Amino acid sequence: MNAPLTAVPHDSLQKTERQSQVVHALQAHLPAHALIWHAEDTTPYECDGLTAYRQRPLVVALPETEAQVAAVLRTCHQLGVPVVARGAGTGLSGGAMPHALGVTLSLAKFNRILEIDPVSRTAVVQCGVRNLAISEAAAPFNLYYAPDPSSQIACTIGGNVAENSGGVHCLKYGLTLHNVLRVRGFTAEGEPVEFGGEALDAPGLDLLALVIGSEGMLAVTTEVTVKLVPRPQLARCIMASFDDVRKAGDAVAAVIAAGIIPAGLEMMDKPMTAAVEDFVHAGYDLDAAAILLCESDGTLEEVEEEIGRMTAVLRACGATAIAVSSSEDERMKFWSGRKNAFPASGRISPDYMCLDSTIPRKRLADILLAIQEMEKKYDLRCCNVFHAGDGNLHPLVLFDANDPDELHRCELFGADILETSVAMGGTVSGEHGVGVEKLNSMCVQFTAAENEQMFGVKRAFDPAGLLNPGKAIPTLQRCAEYGKQVVRGGQLPHPDLPRF
Amino acid sequence: MDPALRQIVERIRAAAADATPLCIRGGGTKDFHGETPRGERLGTAALAGITSYEPSELVVTVRAGTPLAELEAALAEKGQCLPFEPPHFGEKGDAGTVGGMVAAGLSGPARASVGAVRDYVLGAALVNGRGEVLNFGGQVMKNVAGYDVSRVLAGSLGTLGVIAEVSLKVLPVAPAEATLEFACSQADALRLLNEWGGRPLPLNASCWFGDAGAGTLRLRLRGAVAAVEAACTHLGGERQDNARAAADWQLLRDQQLPWVASTAEGPDALWRLSVPQTAPVLALDGAAPLIEWHGGQRWYKAPPEQAARIRGIAHAAGGHATLFRLPAGAGTRSSVAPRFGELSAPVERIHRALMREFDPHRIFNRGRLFADE
Repeated sequence: MNAPLTAVPHDSLQKTERQSQVVHALQAHLPAHALIWHAEDTTPYECDGLTAYRQRPLVVALPETEAQVAAVLRTCHQLGVPVVARGAGTGLSGGAMPHALGVTLSLAKFNRILEIDPVSRTAVVQCGVRNLAISEAAAPFNLYYAPDPSSQIACTIGGNVAENSGGVHCLKYGLTLHNVLRVRGFTAEGEPVEFGGEALDAPGLDLLALVIGSEGMLAVTTEVTVKLVPRPQLARCIMASFDDVRKAGDAVAAVIAAGIIPAGLEMMDKPMTAAVEDFVHAGYDLDAAAILLCESDGTLEEVEEEIGRMTAVLRACGATAIAVSSSEDERMKFWSGRKNAFPASGRISPDYMCLDSTIPRKRLADILLAIQEMEKKYDLRCCNVFHAGDGNLHPLVLFDANDPDELHRCELFGADILETSVAMGGTVSGEHGVGVEKLNSMCVQFTAAENEQMFGVKRAFDPAGLLNPGKAIPTLQRCAEYGKQVVRGGQLPHPDLPRF
Repeated sequence: MDPALRQIVERIRAAAADATPLCIRGGGTKDFHGETPRGERLGTAALAGITSYEPSELVVTVRAGTPLAELEAALAEKGQCLPFEPPHFGEKGDAGTVGGMVAAGLSGPARASVGAVRDYVLGAALVNGRGEVLNFGGQVMKNVAGYDVSRVLAGSLGTLGVIAEVSLKVLPVAPAEATLEFACSQADALRLLNEWGGRPLPLNASCWFGDAGAGTLRLRLRGAVAAVEAACTHLGGERQDNARAAADWQLLRDQQLPWVASTAEGPDALWRLSVPQTAPVLALDGAAPLIEWHGGQRWYKAPPEQAARIRGIAHAAGGHATLFRLPAGAGTRSSVAPRFGELSAPVERIHRALMREFDPHRIFNRGRLFADE
């Protein structure tokens, strides 16, 4: 089932025949410009934001109407062709990586904002609308869409639904899951379906919670109703320096323990700070072992009160320097480095791999120190930015993809970080998704029975297994080949199944 | 494995082997909710206790049979809470369990402002219909590894398995609180609530009650001291005594206000309409509703026989209607109407398939969600 990673073995003649069969069948439903299959046209679709894994799809379909989406799905279902839905292709885990014998269903043309309702504080948008475009359209009403992944200029709401995207304000404002009321789309068979609704709940099981974050494996999203929230009157940010990562980690826990829920709470280590300072010249403290960015938003009175309390906690935790933004320009300057962590890393290394695990907050310093040890072990550098308030890590392992040994060491380094995170009580992915990238690590986090139950969820939505097959959940066989399968409490699940 | 859990696992395996239906039950405070389940009782009381609680992580992991009141007391001791205010039903209000809270998926007055039970579920241990103990989600705020199975357990009414343990996000108790009262009609209340919702105000809960012409709107604010004070000045209304107001909000949460409690005597059922907050005054006959969740949850009293009309109006408004409490003397089973609103064909198909995947021998809470299962 996890075919894409290991490249489907197939005869090229058979593949050509399959391609013409699928193209012919889809031509009946799509205008000529909405269907591409020549290699030079489909190559731009061969990967998403995870560029290390590439695969050209059999065909790319670019429908313009829901009726066309339904027709593509119906046709593919009849022919038994896998379908991989794709938004802007900014995902970082290979969730939109094509299937060699599948149709990539690009939803880029579904880019209309259908309604902004300032009274109900909701927006109805097509799946291909960019995350930031929603907030821009809501701005005249002093409203915005809260989840703000760093790729928000480009990423689409459909992709956000697929990945349950987060951002830097999740602790206070929640994830995609907390900000989406309704998803309209199609089943794998091409039947229209709605999850959730305009009311605060829908009858029956909360299938919306399953669909959000399902990486395009349960249904194809075409339209989303999101919540909009009033824009806070004011936001101010504290930039605090620490001479020791443990003190910085403890300060994060202390802020929360003081009963404060910051609008954002981010951490950068020394190598990351150096890399971003060189890129944005924001005046970061280059001597600090770690920097915390701690934001408060709300009314003037609230922010003043909270900034005071946060400053006191950070000082008590041993901050060596504290600066508080006094203007919107200065606040944006504080954030500029954090927001540019990825491009800044791109400048200091030919390639980098971004990890995405989450750990309990109290282990922030432990994981940072463990990663420093791993840098020696794998002889590679790593810069760290953390959504510290959520315990969500984004270590950036620097490497050169043209050096096969470096690539290999980088993969081991990444897997080590993920498995250490699980051992610390965390998870392999906080917000980027499993995709193809973290399939092996899923074997470490979930037992065979748990993974099998998740395949059961997939079967319930998509009995033929055609929506984005091979992503997110590893097969028993794959885990056996990886040589790691967690067994909890001495329970060996499925004792009747043959072991590898 | 823990002996209490092992016992449950063994019972489930035995039930699966001879297809014995089981009725999962925590404190039994919500027996009235949903269709009447069939099967032998499977109690969760032995799965008791808080497994781990670290206030600075904002996470508590607790076993399903733990009394809700016990969990809330432990959180209160550290200045934290379950912001969605789960209702405590039952005679004394202290029998409900954490597992029942999740399985029922019901939230209290603050729901429209702070989210529902499902928004706070971070992870769960579940015993499925094969007697396998499965862990989904985790103890961290952000987690997209695998499908979000733990959240779908909220409101699943035991149809997917026995919830053994859950991890919940908790939050600090707001530093300040105030309740304001306004005299206004239902239409004015709905208009005001939607207007306020669009502004950066620390709204937390609301309740309107009255008759056709006039009524009372209560609004609760929670947040930073300065924000609550500023909002009180700005909004006007009559500020209530905090202690008395808190008692009233609790009665509302637990459905012990005379308005609701009187359902137990008359011929009317208690209907719960979940509609968009902006839905206008609904054209339903009889007494005016009690409105919560800034217009999103509206309680009506009407005989079960009016199901078609009530469901039609709820549906037309963009929502759905639940036959929440049957009238006194209706017995345990209403043959008049299903308790829950209708599902679309594909959604119902997915529901039934999901139940089969989690519970292939169909032993759990049969008939609770769909009377015909």
